[in-house]
Amino acid sequence: MQLIFEKSKEGRRAIVLDPLDVPEAELPSELRRKEAAALPEVSELDIVRHFTLLSQRNFGIDSHFYPLGSCTMKYNPKIAEVVAALPGFAHLHPHLSTSEALWDRCQGALELTQRFEGLLAEIAGMEEVSLQPIAGAHGELAGTLLMAAYHRDKGHTHKTKIIIPDSAHGTNPASAAIAGFDIVEVPSGPDGMIDFEAYSKAMDDDVAGVMTTCPNTHGLFEKRIDEIAKLAHKHDALLYYDGANLNAIMGKCRPGDLGFDVMHYNVHKTFATPHGMGGPGCGPVGVGAKLAPYLPGPRVIKQEDGRFGLAMPEKSIGRMAPFFGNFMMAVRGYAYIRHLGGEGLKEVSEAAVLNANYIHARLKGAYQSAFDGRFMHECVFSATAQAAKGAKAVDIAKAVLDYGMHAPTVYFPLTVKESIMIEPTETESRETLDAFCDAMLEIADAAEKEDGAFADSPRKTPVGRLDEVRAAKELNCVY
Amino acid sequence: MLATIGVSSMEELFESIPEDVRLDSWDVPPGISEMAVLDELTQLSRKNDEGLVGFLGGGFYDHYIPAAVDALSMRQEFYTAYTPYQPECAQGTLQSIYEYQSSIARLTEMEFVNASLYEGGTAVFEAATMAMRITKRSRIVCHESLNPTYRKQLLTHISNLDLDFVEGDDPEGAACVIVQNPSFLGSLADYTALAERCHEAGALLIMSFYPTSLGLVKTPGEMGADIAVAEGQCLGIPLGFGGPYLGIMATRKKHVRKMPGRIAAATEDAAGRRGFVLTLQAREQHIRRAKAMSNICSNQALCALRALIYLTLMGKEGLRELATQCHSKAEYLKSKLAFAEVLNSAPTFNEFAVRLPKNAEEVVRAMAARGFEAGLPLASVGAGEAGDLLVAVTERRTREQLDAYAVALEEVSCS
Amino acid sequence: MRKENPEAVSTFPEDLRYTKDHEWVRLDGGVYTVGITSHATEQLGDVTYVEMPEVGAEFGVGDEVGTVESVKAASDVYAPVGGQVTEVNGELEDAPERVNESPFEAGWFFKLDASALADFDALMNAGAYETFVQGLDH
Repeated sequence: MQLIFEKSKEGRRAIVLDPLDVPEAELPSELRRKEAAALPEVSELDIVRHFTLLSQRNFGIDSHFYPLGSCTMKYNPKIAEVVAALPGFAHLHPHLSTSEALWDRCQGALELTQRFEGLLAEIAGMEEVSLQPIAGAHGELAGTLLMAAYHRDKGHTHKTKIIIPDSAHGTNPASAAIAGFDIVEVPSGPDGMIDFEAYSKAMDDDVAGVMTTCPNTHGLFEKRIDEIAKLAHKHDALLYYDGANLNAIMGKCRPGDLGFDVMHYNVHKTFATPHGMGGPGCGPVGVGAKLAPYLPGPRVIKQEDGRFGLAMPEKSIGRMAPFFGNFMMAVRGYAYIRHLGGEGLKEVSEAAVLNANYIHARLKGAYQSAFDGRFMHECVFSATAQAAKGAKAVDIAKAVLDYGMHAPTVYFPLTVKESIMIEPTETESRETLDAFCDAMLEIADAAEKEDGAFADSPRKTPVGRLDEVRAAKELNCVY
Repeated sequence: MLATIGVSSMEELFESIPEDVRLDSWDVPPGISEMAVLDELTQLSRKNDEGLVGFLGGGFYDHYIPAAVDALSMRQEFYTAYTPYQPECAQGTLQSIYEYQSSIARLTEMEFVNASLYEGGTAVFEAATMAMRITKRSRIVCHESLNPTYRKQLLTHISNLDLDFVEGDDPEGAACVIVQNPSFLGSLADYTALAERCHEAGALLIMSFYPTSLGLVKTPGEMGADIAVAEGQCLGIPLGFGGPYLGIMATRKKHVRKMPGRIAAATEDAAGRRGFVLTLQAREQHIRRAKAMSNICSNQALCALRALIYLTLMGKEGLRELATQCHSKAEYLKSKLAFAEVLNSAPTFNEFAVRLPKNAEEVVRAMAARGFEAGLPLASVGAGEAGDLLVAVTERRTREQLDAYAVALEEVSCS
Repeated sequence: MRKENPEAVSTFPEDLRYTKDHEWVRLDGGVYTVGITSHATEQLGDVTYVEMPEVGAEFGVGDEVGTVESVKAASDVYAPVGGQVTEVNGELEDAPERVNESPFEAGWFFKLDASALADFDALMNAGAYETFVQGLDH
């Protein structure tokens, strides 16, 4: 397909402005650019057709089953888009919150911020939540900076290490490193749980925190989480919860009650805000009472006169975002939680776990299950048997695309060879799950019968497998 | 389904959660219908006043968003898709990122652009850490022109790192000097000489820019900036009370491997068809983990798409015209505010600071009662005295509005 | 689709010394030449980029001197012996595929002045390295 630049014709215009109704001013020549930016010259219809056709080269949730493990690709309800388009939210200038004189003009937004933070806190058993972090990884960075601030304040200058299991998402060690910590990696055992002996050995008074999640990145409930928390707290290390897997346990148990001190939420996963091709996300940070004074600020408070205002927490780490993070994602997430309510959220987790276990039960005869335990909202297989016949996890993924479904996650977690990670989410029907399982079984069957059966898959997509080595060597990143 | 799984109840599926931590009840209110959700949020939204005639900027601007931006970016194939990890079924995403990168490169006259970062402030932080990786130095020099909110964000992000943070523009021994053009107060400068001084000292010049201004203003590329970053909200993204926005980052070819974030590249499939993939992923957290160039995992892809559609709708000539209108209308308003002292000594683009004879907070409150978002009281961000007000003008303001604003501001501040 | 390395070998050149990070060192005429082994290139897949140290830079044993990247992986390159960098393989900038094609010859990374003879003697010989590789869970 042509690039929009290749459709450019000199002098063609899409948007015409009103004639300038004041005298035209001119900048001094030394401050002006020499040539106009060479943007495409195309008509509005050219543009509409170009991007409509481009969009048709994508799989989206509304058109395709999307069982990406660890990504929680659930249906994004349309009501969230309707409320996000309300002009009182969409066109609200954020600096209305900057000047106290203008707080009266953004009371609804401040109120929604506080209500959403309150709901998130209750859902995960946290004391306080700040909406500021812009995405999950940014929430992790906020969390690690909070841990640093806490220890600095307590005079724990020796606490320079953070323990992270080897199964963790790559953002965990990256966030902790960027916050200035040294990373100590602990292995997982064959049962998919953190190797408790190794963990105990790694734990000492220099450890500032432990970053993990539960259920863990193998999709299993970390069965010794209680002991992990106790040992951390014995050394005054803080326990961080990666909210990526919250979809498995809502209404069943809460990170705060499991002993976690600080966490981020993935509103774009758990609370159904659209993923937008890889962002915007929304990654609020939640804390227990210990860390509340350090939260990013300013925070929304209810003033004595009942109006909403802003205040900086006593020992705040400062600003993670210019204002309230991705506020418009909070509007959507708030609508989702209000619509489902407490009971609905509990049903979400039940259906998510049911669906994942159903897929696991149907596929475990054909694909080797990575672990023996009970999976929660996602399940992990190892395609080593298929790989031996020339159908590696990546080939299986490509084969799935030809069934008109998105592929599961492959090669994550890194701890499982030829891993295939499937997260169907709660929003899919049994019929959809069956169609997917039928496809996966057919693929396994074909892989068994024919060596390298899917070496040239996918065959039905707009392009076949692309030469990534060439892309990395040539680095043609700009037209 | 339970039978297939081999359990007799839903409870059995959750048996791995220890009894003593199971939740009995929680205080999440019961669900309400879709209709009730709409009512509740409509009522909340009406407690906000977005109907004022806006002169509020401070890094975030009320530009018109053409209808096609919403219509196209709201196609489900874009907004419900995930990160393009399977490129064969994500060519729409990947080609749009490539086109976005190309548009920003042309706008800034820089060589490489990433697929976007969170927003303008975190982009400054990412640029500063990128400069430290490149120069293997640990001093960040921050010029007064930088948006004070970005400065605060930067300080938060580096709060646990062992480095030097210095005010000013002395590149000696520094990893980078960070400037903003136009400055937070709206002033324009030519940083070509500073870029040269930076390079002589082995430091990088990081420039935060205002994308709309580049319809007219000398580019970061021409001035010799090594990393250009920006808030892309002005490119077709609604103000939305602070986000989601768009962090733009562009750099030189020699620094591309130290740049954080996703990058799309063109390549071919076995049949010779052009296609696009994410490239240089070995820099990123999912591969390099603790040694990644950044912890960033997402990008603001949907916002980048909006910016691309916006820039394409404006086109080469449209963007120049748009910038001319913003600049001309701001100059017109400036000429009408003779009663106030303009604080900028340099030329400005579409925003300038004035010193009023009265407390700016009071003025802003009184102006709101008259239907105007009068501007940003600079004392509220620690960037001025009590009477200082930052005033922004976009193409949306008509001559009538500018005249009415000038009259009202004079009445309110001189009464 | 990743091509399997056609030159994959089961034994390693006898005249080289090896490290646990899958680097090799050749001592020749007072100069150490350093590269990565065929085992390393098989693990990485097609090499797309090698970040080189600067000529003149000094390193101790185990210092990070650069990185080697493929599409899906990146590894740090460490100094297997101490010394000062005297030369880097400029050809790899345009032709990183040399590393896969010829890991022990044309795909060398950089050269160090051979001062630290004790470091060199402490490294594995070909047989020890082969045993080490076979012991890895791959």
